[in-house]
Amino acid sequence: MAVLLLAEVNNGELALDATAKAVTAARALGDVTVLAAGASAAAAGEAAAKIDGVAKVLVAEDASLGHRMAEPTAALIVSLAGDYSHIVAPATTDAKNVMPRVAALLDVMVISDASGVVDADTFERPIYAGNAVQTVKSLDTTKVITFRTSTFDAAGEGGSAAVETIGAADNPGLSEWVEDKVAASDRPELTSAGVVVSGGRGVGSEEDFALIEKLADKLGAAVGASRAAVDSGYAPNDWQVGQTGKVVAPELYVAVGISGAIQHLAGMKDSKIIVAINKDEEAPIFQVADFGLVADLFEAVPALTDAL
Amino acid sequence: MKVLVPVKRVIDYNVKVRVKADGSGVDLANVKMSMNPFDEIAVEEAIRLKEADKADEVVVVSIGVKQAQETLRTALAMGADRAILVNAADDVHTDIEPLAVAKILKAIVDEEQPGLVLAGKQAIDNDMNATGQMLSALLGWSQGTFASELDIDGDKAVVTREVDGGLQTIKVNMPAIVTVDLRLNEPRYASLPNIMKAKKKPLDEKTAADYGVDTSPRLEVVKTTEPATRAPGIIVGSVDELVSKLKEAGAV
Ligand SMILES: Cc1cc2nc3c(=O)[nH]c(=O)nc-3n(C[C@H](O)[C@H](O)[C@H](O)COP(=O)(O)OP(=O)(O)OC[C@H]3O[C@@H](n4cnc5c(N)ncnc54)[C@H](O)[C@@H]3O)c2cc1C
Ligand SMILES: Cc1cc2nc3c(=O)[nH]c(=O)nc-3n(C[C@H](O)[C@H](O)[C@H](O)COP(=O)(O)OP(=O)(O)OC[C@H]3O[C@@H](n4cnc5c(N)ncnc54)[C@H](O)[C@@H]3O)c2cc1C
Repeated sequence: MAVLLLAEVNNGELALDATAKAVTAARALGDVTVLAAGASAAAAGEAAAKIDGVAKVLVAEDASLGHRMAEPTAALIVSLAGDYSHIVAPATTDAKNVMPRVAALLDVMVISDASGVVDADTFERPIYAGNAVQTVKSLDTTKVITFRTSTFDAAGEGGSAAVETIGAADNPGLSEWVEDKVAASDRPELTSAGVVVSGGRGVGSEEDFALIEKLADKLGAAVGASRAAVDSGYAPNDWQVGQTGKVVAPELYVAVGISGAIQHLAGMKDSKIIVAINKDEEAPIFQVADFGLVADLFEAVPALTDAL
Repeated sequence: MKVLVPVKRVIDYNVKVRVKADGSGVDLANVKMSMNPFDEIAVEEAIRLKEADKADEVVVVSIGVKQAQETLRTALAMGADRAILVNAADDVHTDIEPLAVAKILKAIVDEEQPGLVLAGKQAIDNDMNATGQMLSALLGWSQGTFASELDIDGDKAVVTREVDGGLQTIKVNMPAIVTVDLRLNEPRYASLPNIMKAKKKPLDEKTAADYGVDTSPRLEVVKTTEPATRAPGIIVGSVDELVSKLKEAGAV
């Protein structure tokens, strides 16, 4: 069986971690062809060719494919679909934008956020904010799937797949890109970081979020936030962890001033070790914490930062 | 311009779901159901467009069991003008897949000719995050997903989207499908007089067959299980104890 995997390409660069995790999931299904599409994608294609388990790379470069616009990207994938039994991608916001569109154009269902592969037709996926896991068998001829990256290990490097250049499909011309607002940061990327320190409403202000950032920097960690912290303007939207934010599963997750609503737990409860710091001993976050500290965060966090 | 808003009846977000012991699904009998929180935001946005004279009618649609009437009445009480209920299932445990929902919505769009469809980004039960994109594909319309800002300007809409890297702004041709994220607005509560008024607003009932759509699932549910549970943890007495436990566990 043949699998087409849409690589995550940002401004011409391959998002290696997300793509390599999806390769691990896809290898179980058949020979993997990676599609690197973008206004510039050749370098991303070369990088993808080195991922273990990739059989072939297709590079499509065209201005219309820049900025991951859904309509031209979906049109390109649909034009290639005939050769593949599975069309897959890491479950990033870009893929979640594109893949359901691809599925509908092919008249098949999409399987979003699959967390496990049972066989070529059967997949596991979390539902109800991760409070249940459903095993579904697809009856469609072509399977369109996004894989939840936090549950697959990244494939290694050492491959040397052939790279082929292809053209874009006709641009339906339905939308145009205006701008990206991306905060530059030296910290690790949230979904691939080994350690994540997250702050919640308990942190109280944007200024005091510096406490969270200091602890994160001491640990070499990415910074996360609860929805309440983002809604209150303490942290930017791309830091949100949870059902409707990012799903993370680091070695260590430190939740500070976060109560532990199910929608937040949905995004972090598969972390290896969870630490919770909260002044309310009844806070539900303690039910998933390996190590809980009942304390005022304004004392405990600086003390922890110093002690590490 | 007419705005169409699909609203889904889902388990209330505060309810802790229980997986049925026989693995057949999640227990939805006698649990509190509400409008999908994202759809409340979509309804709110549609009403605000009407209040700003950018829309002249807000039509809400729900596809599912008869009880979805309540969800539609909630939307009418918030300020929507009329509702369409598509009866597509008898059992509250039956859910219609996004592809079939999108096909029914396409037929409704063909009939109603809205200039904008505002849907939720995802439904909090199945978390598929698919219906809006699928509808957009079937109609050949533009899509602006995960919107945290929406500005309609004649035959274009400027949509700011919440994406992994931060925010992306795009301009889409109208008519368009926009799926809404949590930070687009804060939905209003319906007032008691408006709840009373909503009872008199028109609610049309249809069936999936009226639209010639086959709703049989493409994904067969093999089983539904509880997620793995975590081993219980401990409460530490001090920052120092926390640090030594983390060191013992090799976490720092
Ligand atoms: C459809 C939907 C989707 C959602 N998606 C998400 C999501 O993706 N991610 C998400 O996080 N949430 C999400 N939510 C919101 C979620 O339900 C909670 O409202 C949110 O997670 C609460 O954030 P919080 O824990 O920071 O705030 P709170 O619940 O207000 O908790 C603050 C905590 O801080 C503690 N605290 C206060 N002061 C101190 C102090 N000085 N020292 C120590 N502790 C202190 C308090 O004891 C409390 O436990 C969603 C909700 C809905 C309806
Ligand atoms: C793995 C899996 C297997 C399934 N198997 C079956 C099955 O065997 N049989 C079956 O009948 N169902 C099945 N379902 C249910 C069905 O596929 C969908 O879950 C459901 O109808 C729509 O998915 P969603 O709610 O996640 O939609 P999303 O795409 O997340 O919803 C986004 C938005 O679309 C709109 N919307 C979605 N549904 C409706 C609706 N019904 N009415 C109005 N607006 C709506 C809302 O605006 C909503 O916010 C299955 C679901 C999953 C996840």
